[in-house]
Amino acid sequence: MKLDLLHTLNAERAARRAVVVVTDTEAGTQRLVKAADVAKDPLAEVLDKRLRMAKSGMEETAQGRMFLTVHVPSPQLVITGAVHISQTLAPLGQMLDYDVTIVDPRTAFATPERFPGVKVLAEWPDAALPPLNVDHYTAFVALTHDPKIDDPALMHALSRDCFYIGALGSRKTHGRRLERLKAQGVSDAALARIHAPIGLAIGAVSPAEIAVSIMAEITMRLRVKQDKAEAA
Amino acid sequence: MLGRDEDILKAAEDWSKAGRGVALATVVETWGSAPRPVGSNLVIDEEGNFLGSVSGGCVEGAVVTEAIDVIESGKPKTLEFGVADETAWKVGLSCGGTIRVYVEKVS
Repeated sequence: MKLDLLHTLNAERAARRAVVVVTDTEAGTQRLVKAADVAKDPLAEVLDKRLRMAKSGMEETAQGRMFLTVHVPSPQLVITGAVHISQTLAPLGQMLDYDVTIVDPRTAFATPERFPGVKVLAEWPDAALPPLNVDHYTAFVALTHDPKIDDPALMHALSRDCFYIGALGSRKTHGRRLERLKAQGVSDAALARIHAPIGLAIGAVSPAEIAVSIMAEITMRLRVKQDKAEAA
Repeated sequence: MLGRDEDILKAAEDWSKAGRGVALATVVETWGSAPRPVGSNLVIDEEGNFLGSVSGGCVEGAVVTEAIDVIESGKPKTLEFGVADETAWKVGLSCGGTIRVYVEKVS
């Protein structure tokens, strides 16, 4: 591996950007493809699939057998609302290898006793979210039901291009939320990215079941190609 | 897995920049029950110091020896190891597997 390629690879990873190294192990040649350049690459289809699966491996390609080393940042899950659903959603996310953070300024909710082993920030989103480096490899979930907390957090998540954004609430509640966010200047295209009602339709009743439906929807958004996910 | 590999690749860069001869070994294929997944890395310097793992202990010794050759020659190599059942048991692995490891010089 050329030192400059290794340097670029490490720099991309430090910046939490996905990258694939394509190696011809027979010829000993190698190149690096940044996630942003995948679409125009001759191996676009297979690179895209590998990135979504976060899986390195050997591939038969038109240019011969290539080893693809896939580097994808570890995903994080950011939740507003230290609520009952979060008590299941946070450990569930951790089991699925997400770095989980809960944000809730209501100190009666945001207690370590209710969330053992989870990072809980008893702060308002405008203070708590910017240092979290919310980015494309972040799933954001708004669960407080309180517009003062959820709305600014949703606007932050939309501005950071999170791969998943979901918000709790009935269609009616969500309709009012969309009107409020629109009045704040959020575009229709951005608003369409919010999953609401939140979670896959598995008939979830209890808070824990709703957490499972949310985590399933996040997983689908992470792993399934966009157009197929929308058809589901 | 990614966290560990990240440190290894950073070490590979740091060691190389410090003027050490460095090779990077990567698990490129596995069959059967392999202890470390495809993409796992081991970084080796010309004195045989290493960081990371490609097999959880079974074949690191052999990879390090080959890596020192690769650092000298500059030519990449693909190594194949069958982890015999008996050896596997001794080092605490569940059962035998085969792994292919690509070793390249960092330069």
